[in-house]
Amino acid sequence: MESILSVTFLAGLIAATLRVATPLVFASIGEVFTERSGILNLGIEGIMFLGAFIGFTAAYLANEAGLGGYLWIGLLSAILAGILMGLLMGFFSVSLGVNQHVAGLGITLLCTGLSLFGFRMVFGERAVLPSVDPFPLLSPLNGMPILGDILSQYLLTFIAFLIVVPLSWWLLNRTAFGLNLRSVGENPEAVDAAGLNVFRIRYFVLALGGALMAIGGAFLSLAQLGAFTPGIIAGRGWVCIALVIFARWHPVRAALGALLFGGVFALQLRLQTMGFDLPFELFLALPYLVTIAALALASRQVSYPGAYLKPYRRE
Amino acid sequence: MRWQIERLPAPVWFRAVIPVLSIVVTFVLTSGFVLAVGANPIEAAYYFLLDPLANPVRLIEVLVKTTPLLLTGIAVAFAFSGGYWNIGVEGQLYMGATAATAIGLQMHDTPAWLALPLIIVGGFLAGMAWALVPALMKVKLKIDEVVTTLLLNYVAIFIVSAILNGPWRDPISQWPQSPEIAATAIFPRLIPRSRLHLGFILAIVIIALVWFVLNRTAFGMKMKAVGYNLEAARFSGIRVDRTMLLVALTSGGIAGLAGASEVAGIHFHLIDAISPGYGYTGIIIATLGALNPIGVSLAAFFIGLIDTGSQTVSRVLGVPAYLGDVLQASLLLVTLAMLLLQGYRLTWRQRGQAPQDGRPVE
Repeated sequence: MESILSVTFLAGLIAATLRVATPLVFASIGEVFTERSGILNLGIEGIMFLGAFIGFTAAYLANEAGLGGYLWIGLLSAILAGILMGLLMGFFSVSLGVNQHVAGLGITLLCTGLSLFGFRMVFGERAVLPSVDPFPLLSPLNGMPILGDILSQYLLTFIAFLIVVPLSWWLLNRTAFGLNLRSVGENPEAVDAAGLNVFRIRYFVLALGGALMAIGGAFLSLAQLGAFTPGIIAGRGWVCIALVIFARWHPVRAALGALLFGGVFALQLRLQTMGFDLPFELFLALPYLVTIAALALASRQVSYPGAYLKPYRRE
Repeated sequence: MRWQIERLPAPVWFRAVIPVLSIVVTFVLTSGFVLAVGANPIEAAYYFLLDPLANPVRLIEVLVKTTPLLLTGIAVAFAFSGGYWNIGVEGQLYMGATAATAIGLQMHDTPAWLALPLIIVGGFLAGMAWALVPALMKVKLKIDEVVTTLLLNYVAIFIVSAILNGPWRDPISQWPQSPEIAATAIFPRLIPRSRLHLGFILAIVIIALVWFVLNRTAFGMKMKAVGYNLEAARFSGIRVDRTMLLVALTSGGIAGLAGASEVAGIHFHLIDAISPGYGYTGIIIATLGALNPIGVSLAAFFIGLIDTGSQTVSRVLGVPAYLGDVLQASLLLVTLAMLLLQGYRLTWRQRGQAPQDGRPVE
């Protein structure tokens, strides 16, 4: 049995943690944005699923057509699909002002149905799962012991942690746009009175959130798997909803929450192979249970945005 | 003289037309997907809506499909009516199915008059137990139940698949399915040579009970008050936490019944695909039925119709059966939008004449 404390084991664990956390960083920060503007987007699970499907399918078809940057075409298509679904959520939650729980779940069910329908339509029933050559791992510190292994990651992982996390923090806390966005989520009447367009800001934020969620999904199909399967998201969107509450709507803490989930996920994968006499499904359930426990521990400090779940009406 | 739209309750006849209008809009919106696979949307609509009703055999099969949907639909509607967002019906269903199987496997020497109630009660209690933790977290720690109930769905399915790949794995075929439950534990058929079983009656009884509780009891008044405005309900002296806990547990129990009914009525053993998302479909049904037991019954029947039709559409027209899922989700969203029309009416009025509520003409 390999020692848990060996350096190679730890390096592998940290590297896997970063990989597993990547889609959750994108999607949970997307949800941080929408919820900070007052909209709970329960479409997240479906938008991630649609992102994974559209990303993979566009990449596959582009590759068939002999296009070079097929993975980027896939990623871009996923982003577009995410934006569209974000806007659709906007239509229901911002323009119509219907119940956000039900509208969001409706979007998730719609995206799930559309993806499964589309996959069957494009690929038919095949014995072998269609696949593409996924994004390669980048190894900027190749050859260096330990650190070289840990930092052997996909480009999207570097983008998530080095660009998306700090940029979203800066955007939310240090720009006029961020101030407006947060004000819309706390007190839309005041924002309206100040002459800003509450509806436009919320639509924009939902589109941005949808794009980030779709990137999270596309990461799984285009980088980690190179394929699309019905179980590809498996509740990661719901985990993100939990992470956002756990993080108290703060992008950096959301990334830390994603790392916590990633760590537990990576650890259980390794524990499965270490000869414990327990069914592997119980290990798979562990990250979900840890997420619930984390939510319980963080519950005392949670305070929701002032206009959370409240549609804005100009009377 | 001109037409104008006013913010007044729509006429009653129009409110009755809304579901029909929603269905038509949904079929028009989704016809593109049928065309995309090279099939005729009108033909598809026929197979979805009329073909399943064409003869008694098929109609009974629709009722078979409707049975679990009645239960998950009313489970969701009951929880939502009380302001508790139970999205965990799927997981609670799996737990009910597991308990029903566990009991059914022990019933070989037990007469049916005892075995059947045991299965039903066992399924109910297991669903309730699975609903307990998120409900307690909600009332004690104020943790959003949407997230916890959703996440526990995945845990429930993992547990079921652990049991099916472990202690209950079929020793001969090695399939992940439990041994068959005792014959005495199998729900009796309502109509010979059909699959319609006791679970259908059970579902109708539960729906009648929910109607009674919601409309004829003090508890129903209280839970609707909590659902309508939690703070106001608390202020008026209702014990909000206790009410919510009871609502959550009852909803979980009904969901558990759906699982028990599928095991004892249809499959006779536990499989990991015991539900193709009935718990989530329950949310669609509860919303389409406006959380009202009669509405939920009609909506469940309609979704059962579409579920049956999607198989035919797939077989006859070669349209992937997932079109049924797209239709159901679209119908949910279209209905959400259409219901807003309830608040408006179109009137033909002379310029300058005051509208009925006395506000000046805009």
